[in-house]
Amino acid sequence: MTPLADGEPLVRWSWIGDHTDELTTLTLHHLKLALLPILFGLIIAIPLGIMCVRWRWLYPPTLGIANIFYGLPSLALFMLFIPYFGIGSGGQADFTIILPLTLFSLSVLVPNVVDGLRSVPDPVRQAATAMGFGTLRRLVQVELPIAVPVVIAGARVAAVASISLVSVGVLIGNGGLGQLFIDGYSRDFTTPIIVSCVLIVVLALVSDGVLVTAQRLLTPWARTRRSNG
Amino acid sequence: MIKFDGVTKRYPDGTVAVDDLNLEIPSGQITVLVGPSGCGKTTSLRMINRMIDPTSGVITIDDEDIRKKDPADLRRGIGYVIQHAGLFPHRTIIDNIATVPYLLGWDKKKARATAMELMERVGLDLKMAKRYPFQLSGGQQQRVGVARALAADPPVMLMDEPFSAVDPIVRKSLQEEFLRLQSEMRKTIAFVTHDIDEAVKLGHRIAVFQVGGVLAQHATPDELLANPAEGFVREFLGGEKGLRRLRFNRELESMPDEDATGEVEAAER
Repeated sequence: MTPLADGEPLVRWSWIGDHTDELTTLTLHHLKLALLPILFGLIIAIPLGIMCVRWRWLYPPTLGIANIFYGLPSLALFMLFIPYFGIGSGGQADFTIILPLTLFSLSVLVPNVVDGLRSVPDPVRQAATAMGFGTLRRLVQVELPIAVPVVIAGARVAAVASISLVSVGVLIGNGGLGQLFIDGYSRDFTTPIIVSCVLIVVLALVSDGVLVTAQRLLTPWARTRRSNG
Repeated sequence: MIKFDGVTKRYPDGTVAVDDLNLEIPSGQITVLVGPSGCGKTTSLRMINRMIDPTSGVITIDDEDIRKKDPADLRRGIGYVIQHAGLFPHRTIIDNIATVPYLLGWDKKKARATAMELMERVGLDLKMAKRYPFQLSGGQQQRVGVARALAADPPVMLMDEPFSAVDPIVRKSLQEEFLRLQSEMRKTIAFVTHDIDEAVKLGHRIAVFQVGGVLAQHATPDELLANPAEGFVREFLGGEKGLRRLRFNRELESMPDEDATGEVEAAER
């Protein structure tokens, strides 16, 4: 990119006003691409984590596979799915981004589900059994609720990573707000680049805030415990 | 009455946790299982509610073989209190106490009303009903643990070192209130401890276990202190010196306690 032309400001504010519709659409699309993977990730990670706690031998290989996905370059993983869902933005092609990001999220979510379930104190589990909880009821009413804070902590990390990774999708034509990088870069025009960066950071902060709030509301019993040590 | 008939627990690695145990735990009384760690007292306790199944032998409650009942059903009819209370951190105090009533499918209102009554009964401030366990002290949590075990009014209670994790002053008051409660409720209680003082103080009967899961002596506290079996039991009681101390404490405690009971009874009349 060449240096700024004379008289061209870093951010041309009028451009933002002229493009609010486009910005809104891109922001919402970015959110969809980034957060559906977290939802899918949780849907997969919770049963998988339960199984890994139930059958200990399952955990090391599961974690190993999840970490391999995490270690792969995100672009390579996106390209792996192109033959199935195609490229471009919207419709079926979104899955070219969503599925790889789901796989990425697992490397954070599965260990957090496992740690969360293991954070249930032994006397609590014992007391539940001794009072006549069956295995399933104990899992649903005692172990999973106690795992919630740790699971949400994992979801926060995964969500922020996912929001930033979506932008890489621009290289295959579907990067949410990342589209604006290309747009600005190809035209030597800084405004879209800066605006998209700011919006991505804001999205990350807002998602994190929403998850923190959700955790406080869902687990009032855990909130003050931490501050009390 | 809970009856162990030739009960042995042997683990796959060959360790014998409980060795041919024959023991009767009479109804309406406190039987204390006492002994050093590794003596099988907790294993014996957990076999009563089928947390552990014996390798051989039969356990009956009121002449009914416990293996004939579904474990979850059996457990809902047996109160259980453990060392660190084991309260559910994600449930309020009142919901912790109402756990078994909920499991039994009681109406929520009735379950909570029962829980409130129990809070009063075990000496908890009703303001704590909506709090979470982490907001309570260790002693208060233990009271909640006792209330939770009593919620569905089970005839049998199993208590595994329930007062061991609190400081001595709190322990003393918990023990005394426990005796007061028991004098009203007359549950059939199996109580595990490693503390011989606690055993002598609380037990109607004491079963002394020795390492290897062998029942060394089963007697009333007075019999035990008067005629401890030679060898292991005498040693566990602290030898001649320990016995003198235990006998002295027992006399000391029996005096004001009887007075206090007398006063309460007089006041109730």
